[in-house]
Amino acid sequence: MIIQGKCHTFGNDIDTDVIIPARYLNTSDPQELARHCMEDLDPGFAGRVQQGDIIAAGKNFGCGSSREHAPLAIKAAGVRAVIAASFARIFYRNAINIGLPIFESAAAAAGIQAGDEVKIDAEQGVIVNLTRGESYEVTPLPPFIQEIIAAGGLMPWVARKVNRDV
Amino acid sequence: MGMTITEKILAAHAGLEQVEPGQLVNARIDLALGNDITAPLAIKEFRKLGVKVFDPERIALVPDHFTPAKDIKSAEQAKLLRDFAREQKISNYFEVGRMGIEHCLLPEQGLVGPGDLVIGADSHTCTYGALGAVATGIGSTDLAAAMATGECWFRVPETILLRYHGQLQPYVGGKDLIIYTIGQIGVDGARYMAMEFTGEAIAALSMDGRFTMANMAIEAGAKNGIFPVDAKTLAYIEGRLQRDYRVFQSDADATYAEIIDIDASSIEPQVALPHLPENARSVRELGEIKIDQVVIGSCTNGRLEDLRQAAAILKGRQVHPEIRAIIIPGTQQIYREALDEGLIQIFIDAGAAVSTPTCGPCLGGHMGILAKGERAVATTNRNFVGRMGHPESEVYLAGPAVAAASAIKGRIAAPEEVR
Repeated sequence: MIIQGKCHTFGNDIDTDVIIPARYLNTSDPQELARHCMEDLDPGFAGRVQQGDIIAAGKNFGCGSSREHAPLAIKAAGVRAVIAASFARIFYRNAINIGLPIFESAAAAAGIQAGDEVKIDAEQGVIVNLTRGESYEVTPLPPFIQEIIAAGGLMPWVARKVNRDV
Repeated sequence: MGMTITEKILAAHAGLEQVEPGQLVNARIDLALGNDITAPLAIKEFRKLGVKVFDPERIALVPDHFTPAKDIKSAEQAKLLRDFAREQKISNYFEVGRMGIEHCLLPEQGLVGPGDLVIGADSHTCTYGALGAVATGIGSTDLAAAMATGECWFRVPETILLRYHGQLQPYVGGKDLIIYTIGQIGVDGARYMAMEFTGEAIAALSMDGRFTMANMAIEAGAKNGIFPVDAKTLAYIEGRLQRDYRVFQSDADATYAEIIDIDASSIEPQVALPHLPENARSVRELGEIKIDQVVIGSCTNGRLEDLRQAAAILKGRQVHPEIRAIIIPGTQQIYREALDEGLIQIFIDAGAAVSTPTCGPCLGGHMGILAKGERAVATTNRNFVGRMGHPESEVYLAGPAVAAASAIKGRIAAPEEVR
């Protein structure tokens, strides 16, 4: 999987309340959620973000609430992947479960500036910053997680298991 | 090789003799929880499988966040939950009027016990660690999968052992200990890890205080917070838990990622400043911070002991004329007990509003939303940007004693200032 796009940058400890404020959680419609993505931190984000863009952020991205609406809102806003120095654990699970590609790289988080064009090579585990001519290593995903991703998310993976068990 | 309590519980549920940190295991769960925000998404995903739930007795659905329904969309979400519970014969569905805030309600109703492995589509599911269970928050898709299979995958977490020494000062409780701790290690200080709370100050802490501490383990990024089972735990589950349970304890030679010793006797009543729970300060260090609202309640501090502490300070006094004080008992049973003890009378006499159980204001849902520029002292768990309302409002986290004192003073105040 190769993902190439323009980066939007955010800082440390981006919590799920700013990714999608709870006042919009009376729906789970991804398109409606996408309209309010990052609203309390960057009110212009949802209007500015383009299909195929990438988010690059600091440590502990997605901390706080378990709301799966957070990765859903990011994905439906058109974001193809999230790069962060580290992810909060529930967000990490949720992103994998719904098929939002995430990449952990402290070097990338430190090096990428807003507007940079980056190319992520998931198989090779490397992020190339085309704007700056830098490249960053990605922390590899455990094989089991790769299996879920290869199945297309948790539900297709479980469906196979359930059908086998029945 | 020795194991921690968390490792032992995960091993037992995965059918393994031994597990170690970093290992991925598939484990049988004892209970799966969803609420009116997270369960609708889970139900949508669950329906794709075309199966029945693995065990209707091991699923709990609690419409507590936007209920009593705050608007039409919320009513539709709650209805989805209700209809699903009826269709799948899920008896642990709790309707408004019998409902409580999920993390106050489930232990109270005896749905969680020592040694359990519990997942919930709510990040504060870690609260049940107070009972010596491994309990952790997951998302809606994980809940959907667990409702179908009765299983969930886990990465066995490293454990941080926290040892609290000494005797607590007056007005210092579980909330102060956990805010102080998060202040020490940071909001990602225990990311992916288990926090094991021990020491003589923990042994002396009430069950309600332990629930408060376990509840906020997630605010340090932890997978779970857990307490050793003792006589207080067993007294709490007596008459509540209707099934067998198993008491696990950490081995003396268990391996910890870190051991942190804390002199609990030196901790003063704490406040976490906006906009992260790690911004911990002693209330005495703060200057004049005027506030507009006080919220006492939530899955963190909506239990009877919390209401008693607030009432002890509010008794015979008045809420400051410029303050809106909102008090929310965690469950109907807590509400009833508070009524019987005369606490509700004290709150109303003081000029506070008392609400039916709801998560409401904690997450900026309803029942006390802040306007632009307003400040609240809340006994809740998060003070992120926009958490209780307008993105330019502020939340200061504290325990019930500081919150009650602040309601009287109209500014952030130490409990001693009003007594």
